[in-house]
Amino acid sequence: MAGAELTLGHYLAVSAALFTIGVFGIFVNRKNIIVILMSIELILLSVNINLVAFSVFNGTIMGQVFAMLVLTVAAAEAAVGLAILVVYFRNRGEIAVEDVNVLRG
Amino acid sequence: MALIAFYILSTVVVLSALFVVAARNPVHSVLWLILAFFTSAGLLVLIGAEFLAMLLVVVYVGAVAVLFLFVVMMLDIDFVALRQGFQNYLVVGVLVALALLAEIGIVAAAATFGGGEAFNPNPGASTNAEALSRVLYTDYLLLFQMSGVVLLVAMMGAIVLTLRSRPSVKRQNIAEQTGRKRKDAVELKDVRPGQGI
Repeated sequence: MAGAELTLGHYLAVSAALFTIGVFGIFVNRKNIIVILMSIELILLSVNINLVAFSVFNGTIMGQVFAMLVLTVAAAEAAVGLAILVVYFRNRGEIAVEDVNVLRG
Repeated sequence: MALIAFYILSTVVVLSALFVVAARNPVHSVLWLILAFFTSAGLLVLIGAEFLAMLLVVVYVGAVAVLFLFVVMMLDIDFVALRQGFQNYLVVGVLVALALLAEIGIVAAAATFGGGEAFNPNPGASTNAEALSRVLYTDYLLLFQMSGVVLLVAMMGAIVLTLRSRPSVKRQNIAEQTGRKRKDAVELKDVRPGQGI
């Protein structure tokens, strides 16, 4: 492809940036578990973009199927994570997770 | 033309992802997250993966983001207290992010990718949805069914976690209702004239 065309590298760059921002978000918002979960969603989004980009630019459909499965797992993870968050808030009355080291209910 | 659209969309994606992380209010974070999902769906449309793009909008924006919004608004959270320590973690976060980016850059510089000679968003079919559906129920049937099981287990897990029985609230017990016999409920009394029971 010519230089003025879209290439795989463009998509990999965006995906790398999204992934880094997601990891950065986990480190910065150590107390706020909601933003941590959103950062995980960003990381999964970057993985999805990566998979679809590789799939399209290499002409195989497998990456898109795998991206669908990642999407499924992301939805399941969000549901269970938020349910745990609701239970935690009900028990503790706060969601500061900086030092969650009490395992008893 | 596609390149201009790509640059606009990717700038919006990266900026909104940054705002997700840096917003003061988690409600704003969720709204930025929705923008990030929408624009990345646009990025996928740009290379012809329309089905995945629409799936992204339906699943992420329609389900996950709304779930986040619901939980953020339902819980009574002191947002100011959650922001404390942000400055302390900022240095560590920036260092880790830079290290990660440098690692990705080193690997990307060393690796060689195909230059897109085989660019084809829907191999073996005329549309993207057709290309996906040709393999989804044949080659990847087991994986597809397993992802359904994953969703089922997640749904049941969420229900089990959040369901609680409060003793103060009266609820209908159907087994107790239908298991009720005549002798538990009705009693025959022989009432004499002029006397009470």
